[in-house]
Amino acid sequence: MLLQSLINGVTMGGIYALIALGFVLIYKASKVLNFAQGELVMVGGFICLALSEFLPLWASIVLAVILSALLGFLIEKAVLKPLIGEPILSVIMVTLGLAYMMRGLVLAIWGPDIRAFPQLFPPGAFNIYGIVIPYVYLGGLLLSIAAIAIFILFFTRTTMGVAMRAVADDQSAAMSLGVSVEKVFAISWAISAMVAAVGGILVGNIYGGINVNFAFIGLKVFAVVILGGLDSIPGAIVGGIVIGVAEALGGTYLEPYVGGGFKDVFPLLLMLVIMAIKPYGLFGTERIERV
Amino acid sequence: MANKLLELNNIEVIYNDFILVLKGVSMEIEKGSIVTLLGPNGAGKTTTLKSISGLIKPERGEVTRGTIVYDGKRIENREPEENAMEGIIQVMEGRRIFEELTVEENLKVGSYISGNADFDMVYNYFPNLKERKNLRGGYLSGGEQQMLAIGRALLAKPKLLLLDEPSLGLAPMVVKEIFNIIKRINEQENVTILLVEQNAKLALEIADYGYIMENGRIVMDGEAEKLRQNEDVREFYMGMTEMGRKSYREAKRYKRRKRWLT
Ligand SMILES: Nc1ncnc2c1ncn2[C@@H]1O[C@H](COP(=O)(O)OP(=O)(O)O)[C@@H](O)[C@H]1O
Ligand SMILES: [Mg+2]
Repeated sequence: MLLQSLINGVTMGGIYALIALGFVLIYKASKVLNFAQGELVMVGGFICLALSEFLPLWASIVLAVILSALLGFLIEKAVLKPLIGEPILSVIMVTLGLAYMMRGLVLAIWGPDIRAFPQLFPPGAFNIYGIVIPYVYLGGLLLSIAAIAIFILFFTRTTMGVAMRAVADDQSAAMSLGVSVEKVFAISWAISAMVAAVGGILVGNIYGGINVNFAFIGLKVFAVVILGGLDSIPGAIVGGIVIGVAEALGGTYLEPYVGGGFKDVFPLLLMLVIMAIKPYGLFGTERIERV
Repeated sequence: MANKLLELNNIEVIYNDFILVLKGVSMEIEKGSIVTLLGPNGAGKTTTLKSISGLIKPERGEVTRGTIVYDGKRIENREPEENAMEGIIQVMEGRRIFEELTVEENLKVGSYISGNADFDMVYNYFPNLKERKNLRGGYLSGGEQQMLAIGRALLAKPKLLLLDEPSLGLAPMVVKEIFNIIKRINEQENVTILLVEQNAKLALEIADYGYIMENGRIVMDGEAEKLRQNEDVREFYMGMTEMGRKSYREAKRYKRRKRWLT
């Protein structure tokens, strides 16, 4: 029982970590707090769901991820780029506005009802020494680990990835070597929306069905990045797993006593406690303006 | 000069639409040469380099008068990336290493536009860096950081390398070493160099030609050899005067400055 909820927790945590990496990426590159990350998860999920009605599932997944990247890219070019240099609060308001727009759009197209999500993994479970791991969790865990690994390889091995970290470190110095900061900002949004879509598809599989409230996964992602530190990649990964596990354990062990829904509140409580001890998150290095 | 790589014609630079910093600066740089730009703090040396590389742009600076001609083309107020792509690479004051990135990753950023991943060429000039290639930039000594800053700029395949006070805050021995390497780079890599310095003595030793800037204007220029012999330069910029009392020196400095400015 304990082991099983731990595994569920780590799986959800891995996916939260993946989505949170997108948030951290945008913050590191451009100091923009993207309050629409949860909505990007939702939109990615719905694009995949819509495409799967007339395409094979694998093709809809690939296409959904590509279209999400495009969406992220366009959002940066059309909405964020004109705001470069504006006060941080206006930029935050704009990302909040984006979030509402995306929710409105999803509501307008798909309505409020929960829609069944196309299943990537076979039903049933993997059984080892009495520990039962549903295939959807196992698959979700493996795919999120793979996606995080690709993310990390991109930023450590490729010239583009390293140049993006350089922009996060010292924008003018990167420019002096010919790195286009505009391009880097746009690519960070594209990648961020991509990982959000992958996260959305994996969670959609686990939930089995999604509606517009899917975007509330953004709240968990904020908990993750605040816990790990807004600007820390290892922080996002550790924070993701902590929140995922806390949620699973809270659901299994505490919910019976304190009532339903506690599963969703427990990670936030935990976050508050940790914040009281470490105000800049577990791994956050810089002094960050609190919003 | 038939072989001009860069020419500033009477340029005026303004920050934030109203702070006038360069007040009509003209310079010429011959292909293959080392030219040094000297002058006290706040004279406008860094601004001159940034107006060539385009890095004034993100600081809300603008060339409002005059022209900058590079390789026969006008380039004033272009984007820094575009200039970098055409071979104008600036090594900024204070080295500006990517501290979170390793030495090798710093070099990788240098290869971003050129695709030239010949890190051994850099290690050849700066063997210290090779031993530290997996160390984060922030952990290097000041001298090593300057070497890394120059090394990663080299990987961008510069035709014109703009060096902003490479000697700043470094021990004299290290400065000597770095200046020797700058000279070698100029000769072996076929790179033209514009070197901004406060250390006039060393700069004039490796340079072919020198300009002296004060208060946003060029107040003197000439062959490096001639400047080295010049009494005013020796006194004000090379600290080579035997003159005694400071107050006298100050008075004289004032007088001479006035003379330059008129
Ligand atoms: N980004 C900027 N905005 C406004 N003023 C600036 C800016 N950069 C430099 N200045 C001003 O321009 C003058 C020349 O500065 P600078 O070019 O850095 O001189 P130097 O490199 O010779 O010390 C100084 O008075 C400085 O305050
Ligand atoms: Mg300067």
